Amino acid sequence: MKTLIQHIRTKNQYVLSIVSVSIVSLLFLFTREYLDYNVIGYLLLVLVSLLAIFLDIYAVLLAAVLSALAMDFLFIKPYYTLHIETAKDGLLLFLFFIIAMINAVLTFKVRKANQLAHAKEAKLQTMKLYNTLLDSLSHELRTPISTIMGAIGILQEKPKQLSEENSTKLLSEMEKASLRLNHQVENLLNMSRLETGYIQPKMDWCDLKELVYKVLNDLKEELVNHRIIVKIPDYLPLFKLDYGLTEQIVYNLIYNASQYTPQGALIEIGVDYIPDVNFEYEEGKVMTCKITISDDGNGFPEDEIHKVFDKFYRLQHSKTGGTGLGLSIVKGFVEAQNGEVSLENKEDESGAIFTVAFPAVVMQTNSIHNDE
Amino acid sequence: MMNSPTILVIDDESQIRKLLEITLDSNGYKTVFASNAKEGILMSANHPPDLIVLDLGLPDDDGQNVLVQLREWFVNPIIILSVKSAESEIVKALDNGANDYLTKPFRTQELLARIRAALRNQSMVTPEPIVTIDAIQIDFSARIVKVNSEIIKLTATEYTLLSLLVKNEGRVLTHQHILKEVWGPSYIDQTQYLRVFIAQLRKKIESDPNRPKYILTESGIGYRFNIS
Repeated sequence: MKTLIQHIRTKNQYVLSIVSVSIVSLLFLFTREYLDYNVIGYLLLVLVSLLAIFLDIYAVLLAAVLSALAMDFLFIKPYYTLHIETAKDGLLLFLFFIIAMINAVLTFKVRKANQLAHAKEAKLQTMKLYNTLLDSLSHELRTPISTIMGAIGILQEKPKQLSEENSTKLLSEMEKASLRLNHQVENLLNMSRLETGYIQPKMDWCDLKELVYKVLNDLKEELVNHRIIVKIPDYLPLFKLDYGLTEQIVYNLIYNASQYTPQGALIEIGVDYIPDVNFEYEEGKVMTCKITISDDGNGFPEDEIHKVFDKFYRLQHSKTGGTGLGLSIVKGFVEAQNGEVSLENKEDESGAIFTVAFPAVVMQTNSIHNDE
Repeated sequence: MMNSPTILVIDDESQIRKLLEITLDSNGYKTVFASNAKEGILMSANHPPDLIVLDLGLPDDDGQNVLVQLREWFVNPIIILSVKSAESEIVKALDNGANDYLTKPFRTQELLARIRAALRNQSMVTPEPIVTIDAIQIDFSARIVKVNSEIIKLTATEYTLLSLLVKNEGRVLTHQHILKEVWGPSYIDQTQYLRVFIAQLRKKIESDPNRPKYILTESGIGYRFNIS
């Protein structure tokens, strides 16, 4: 109903109330000799009440005034004049007008109250979302800070009692903690960039093979216990994409795989391109650039698979840690480049496949190699 | 090597100043500090340092402006150390004459490496005719490149590209800068050439072109020739 109201624009609403009152009045013009005008008055009241359900208050008030005039002019004797002969008729018209008005105002108030209730519910939902965020965020930020503060405490208080090995271990934990902290801050900054709409992709020629290997190199610590396979054809052309955004997308997907698959799991990264059906293939034309990241882990529960890209969403039984931001950033950055990201479980239930597909201008590079 | 070079740090955060004081001091540099743009410009004019570490977020002026002002007369290296990590900001600073750019949070080892590289490049008034970096040897006079003592064939463009990178080792060169120097001003937006030739060059000089040791990618900004 709300959408219907929003659908009918203000101007059209006035037209609608004028037209409907006119039609009903004209219809009953032919029956006025057989029907008592009281009955017609009730029918007009029904019309005003119906309009009150669908239209804005001013359009309804207009209908109320119009129908009162129509009553007087067409149905209360003498016809075709606004003059009223008996006090009874005058009182009746007055009551008709008042009831029509009250109808309009009451319906309006009910609708207002409804909207308020909706807004309140939406606010509650947001609050719930924020609480989820605050829970996971405070965990993700406070854990590394505790590690750092704790380690500093020990180093300050008992530097002499610590063995060399232990102080090295403490320093290494502090390093890991600050890297983790930095990663989360980076995620939060990216999220707020997305939220404020402050993302303007800078399209430039990208060598995706270089990009994938760079990300793998940046993540080598996280990937020590995983097996990696990269499947990129030698003839891969250059794609016009935003290097920074695409790097972050690939980074988050591989990072995610490294965190949520068991040790020793296989992560396979593939890049390929397929002619976009909407475009004829020609040098420099748009193709679909496809990046896939698959693993042989446990896959995702089917009933949650459509929610994983939602902001702050975390799987019901996932391990602690994580803010549910990584994948929603992936989605945001992919969409900022007009692409799509999807997730599915492999058919034989042996892991998950993330697929990112961008429409991108491509350039075959053979012509450049020979350019001397 | 020069006799303990003086480094001016212009940063408004006292924690960063303290950290840099300890780091630089213990690595044999003399340090001076300024906490705002005005003070920084004044100090660099009175006693020109060998190198400036400049923060972009200063309380009294935009660091990019300070950089432009300094570059009107200051010829020694300037390294930007900033929380601003947007590619556009970094490219702008490099265009404005910064020698290098490091984003906070940073590792002190990384900063020290950049400082060493910048001072080294500065002191190379007349470039050495033969430069050896790990397994790579470049003879600039004879235009010969050897990897593991074996001469490798480079095309003219590949050679120009490699020598530009090597002469600026340790320092980020923007895509535009490289394109202009190697291909000419009209190629400034033709990044496809750079992508292809960097890949080709890596195939010839890197032992694993997919995990380059020398020619490193600075995402969305440019390339850096690295000497570990």
